[in-house]
Amino acid sequence: MSSGFQGSRLFRWLDERFGAGRLIEWAGHKTVPVHRGTVFYYMGGVCLFLFIVQVLSGILLLMYYRVGPDSSFESVHYITTKVDFGWLIRSVHSWAANLLVFFIFIHMFSVYFMKSFRKPRELTWVSGFVLLCLAMAFGFSGYLLPWNELAFFATKVGTDIIGELPLLGEWMLKIVRGGEDVTGATLSRFFGLHVAILPGFTVVFLGIHLLFVQVQGMSHEGEAGSKAMPFFPNFLLRDLALWLVILNVLAILAVFFPWELGKKADALASAPEGIKPEWYFLFTYQTLKLIPGKVMAVPGELLGIVLFNLAGLLWFLVPFWDAGIPEGKRDRAINYLGLFVVMFIIAMTIWGKFS
Amino acid sequence: MPFDPKLTRRGFVNVLLGGGVAGWLASLLYPVVKYLIPPEDVAAEPDVLKIGAKGEFPAGSSKIVKFGKRPIIFIHTPSGEFLALAATCTHLDCIVQYRKDMGAIWCACHNGKYDLNGRNISGPPPKPLEQYQVKVIQDDIFVTRA
Repeated sequence: MSSGFQGSRLFRWLDERFGAGRLIEWAGHKTVPVHRGTVFYYMGGVCLFLFIVQVLSGILLLMYYRVGPDSSFESVHYITTKVDFGWLIRSVHSWAANLLVFFIFIHMFSVYFMKSFRKPRELTWVSGFVLLCLAMAFGFSGYLLPWNELAFFATKVGTDIIGELPLLGEWMLKIVRGGEDVTGATLSRFFGLHVAILPGFTVVFLGIHLLFVQVQGMSHEGEAGSKAMPFFPNFLLRDLALWLVILNVLAILAVFFPWELGKKADALASAPEGIKPEWYFLFTYQTLKLIPGKVMAVPGELLGIVLFNLAGLLWFLVPFWDAGIPEGKRDRAINYLGLFVVMFIIAMTIWGKFS
Repeated sequence: MPFDPKLTRRGFVNVLLGGGVAGWLASLLYPVVKYLIPPEDVAAEPDVLKIGAKGEFPAGSSKIVKFGKRPIIFIHTPSGEFLALAATCTHLDCIVQYRKDMGAIWCACHNGKYDLNGRNISGPPPKPLEQYQVKVIQDDIFVTRA
């Protein structure tokens, strides 16, 4: 394929001006290790694909969505009931969001257990962690936009936690909510966050993340002497084939399990029975539920939030403190901690789901 | 900054420049941060709210209404008492509901429970619900701040 193109006049034209030949030669240097865990090398690409789906379906939703307490719910209702294929676009956006968070977790844990975050890839891990936080912020802000009952209470609870922080809490709560309560002002702010601020940051960090991976190549740690395949074009073509599979899975989910809209938010309605956050917040939700109202004069929520943030910070900094563990114990320590985190998240998610 | 005899000409200029940049950033950020904090809501808080006619609320029923800025829950208990309490859960801001079957006020978000006097009796709520006074004048029900 490439040899035909490389012989063409267009290619020579480009090569003369931009050194396109050097670019292709450079792309050919990157290789992907081949071993029984190779499947995990596709997960980052799947995340990238789902992000692209989100950008495209999000832009389509923007054509009809109107932000506001009197129009958000109505416009999403209009999209799903009146606009041709509106239900499909909305369902794809919701499903892809969930799949994206799921694959980000798979991607992150596989990188963690393969210890690919180690020198010289510390900053790739750091930029990936920032992207995870951005994805969670995308999920949380986008969840409110249909202005339905579940979203309203999820946002009340999620933002109220910010208010628990000492000193700056109340002030930050007001900035996030655009007032003391979750109102139309909150909706406007979340909308701005979801469609302007977060995409901007994500493009920057995604660019950095991908640049690092291209410049440093894949981690071959512990795989010395084993097989490898060229990234370009061998791995890339497999990547694309998997994207097609993911697109099909997405289509099946969106068509056969369309996302519900529920009831419109009402500031004077009680929280409905059985209300729960999205699955990726279930483990934090369940843990917070288990902590009593007060632990030695410290509000339980505050304690929970501080613990979760500390754990997050520890996770974020893993490439730096990992280097300080003596060589012989390092892999085992990382594996045990990782297993504990995975088990904790899975157990708390299941418990949260069925409690 | 304490006087440092070793401060060189270059160091001095750097401090001036650094200070200048910090001041410039602060003057840039100050209006942005102030802009993001919404203005105080100066709407008057009423002292009395009419809930409705007595006949609208059979024993065992409840209603959530807005009293000033805050939602309150009005309850007509099966024993015939009229109660009014803040409807915002003290845990994480959800709206509570009256559960006749439990004889209690319940929050669906994290399973918090209050007795009919608003006392937090189980689950995560750290504080009781604020109480309001209910007055029946002729056939109308009014709520006032306690």
